Amino acid sequence: MSTLYERLGGEAAVNAAVDVFYRHVLSDDRINYWFEDVDMERQAAKQKAFMTMAFGGPHNYTGDDMRNGHKHLVEKGLNDSHFDAVAENLAKALAELNVPQAEIDEVLALVGTTRNDVLGR
Amino acid sequence: MPSSCRSGVCQSCLMRAREGTPPAAAQSGIKDTLRAQGYFLSCRCVPEGDLSVALPEDGAGRFASTITGIRQLSDTVMELRLARPEGFEYRAGQFATLINGQEVARSYSVASVPELDADLEFQIALVPGGAMSGWLANEAAAGTALHVQGPNGHCFYACADREQPLLLAGTGTGLAPLYGIARDALRQGHTGPIHLFHGALREPGLYLHEPLRALASEWEHFHYHACVLNGPAADEVHVGPLDAWLLETLGTLKGFRAYLCGAPEFVKLMQRKVFLAGVSLQEVFVDSFLPAKAP
Repeated sequence: MSTLYERLGGEAAVNAAVDVFYRHVLSDDRINYWFEDVDMERQAAKQKAFMTMAFGGPHNYTGDDMRNGHKHLVEKGLNDSHFDAVAENLAKALAELNVPQAEIDEVLALVGTTRNDVLGR
Repeated sequence: MPSSCRSGVCQSCLMRAREGTPPAAAQSGIKDTLRAQGYFLSCRCVPEGDLSVALPEDGAGRFASTITGIRQLSDTVMELRLARPEGFEYRAGQFATLINGQEVARSYSVASVPELDADLEFQIALVPGGAMSGWLANEAAAGTALHVQGPNGHCFYACADREQPLLLAGTGTGLAPLYGIARDALRQGHTGPIHLFHGALREPGLYLHEPLRALASEWEHFHYHACVLNGPAADEVHVGPLDAWLLETLGTLKGFRAYLCGAPEFVKLMQRKVFLAGVSLQEVFVDSFLPAKAP
């Protein structure tokens, strides 16, 4: 039985998905203002790391990283609605890339496990 | 110690640890080879323990050189030519730090192509009150000695796919690295379309207008787009914001590789716009010209 990461297509799939996903995020007025001041080059690396994790691939993220990385945003009001919007854009991107619904659900379940850390709860 | 950007980019404050370990923050962004030899950036170094340090030596990325020529390209831009020191290996589009006899250090993009040009060439904006540009304009001349450090930067031509369309966009002297990259791409036999957009406030700021028009008539797949924010301007020059005109001219940028150079605000804006217009995150290369900061 291959892993989710392998079934999705590994690093090449991550690279394809990052572009589509992040383009949706930057075009979504519910959340794009959170990304206004980010450095795009650093963001590219971060998005890739995030997507790799979401795909169940090799990553070094810990719950504390998620917590610390979003702490300053939580202080400014980052909440469930923003988390949901990001997840929605992710699902939309994967559907566009013809990822089967069963795998999309697995990805969303994985991302969901980070919710409390991201939102500092 | 000279320093310029105080952001870990220009590397003009490079020093070497003889004993002790520099903190990771002071070594981030420098070349592996230099890091392994204990080099670090002194402007970002808060030692965590005893550190015995030394100045960088010639050969460790710092080279003695001599000015071979200075001329005006426009009212506000100078071309500076230096004898290329032996051992100074660079790629068109990278930048180097110039250090004069008064230990003023400033980083500039190299505009020349090592395989095509004997000298190192720079296009330098005259900054009012600028320590280096003022010195170059008023005191330096052919024969003046200075040091060159580098090269640094990842903004250069390295396309695996020779047919990939290229977008080169820059404002002001952001044109310098793009001019090098364009000529390097043509030299290496790039066959995909190459679109170079140069933006200036007013027409005199298009300081390479004629050479670029000549390059465009020499190469069918090289396209030069000149743009000024404020008219009047010649017929072939667009008047208006560069970003809007670029997107209008090229439409979708899917499949493009983009090189963006110049003022940080311009680079930041364009990064986002070209990405939204279809350029992959991995295909965006930038060089932000950070202003010098007081220590």
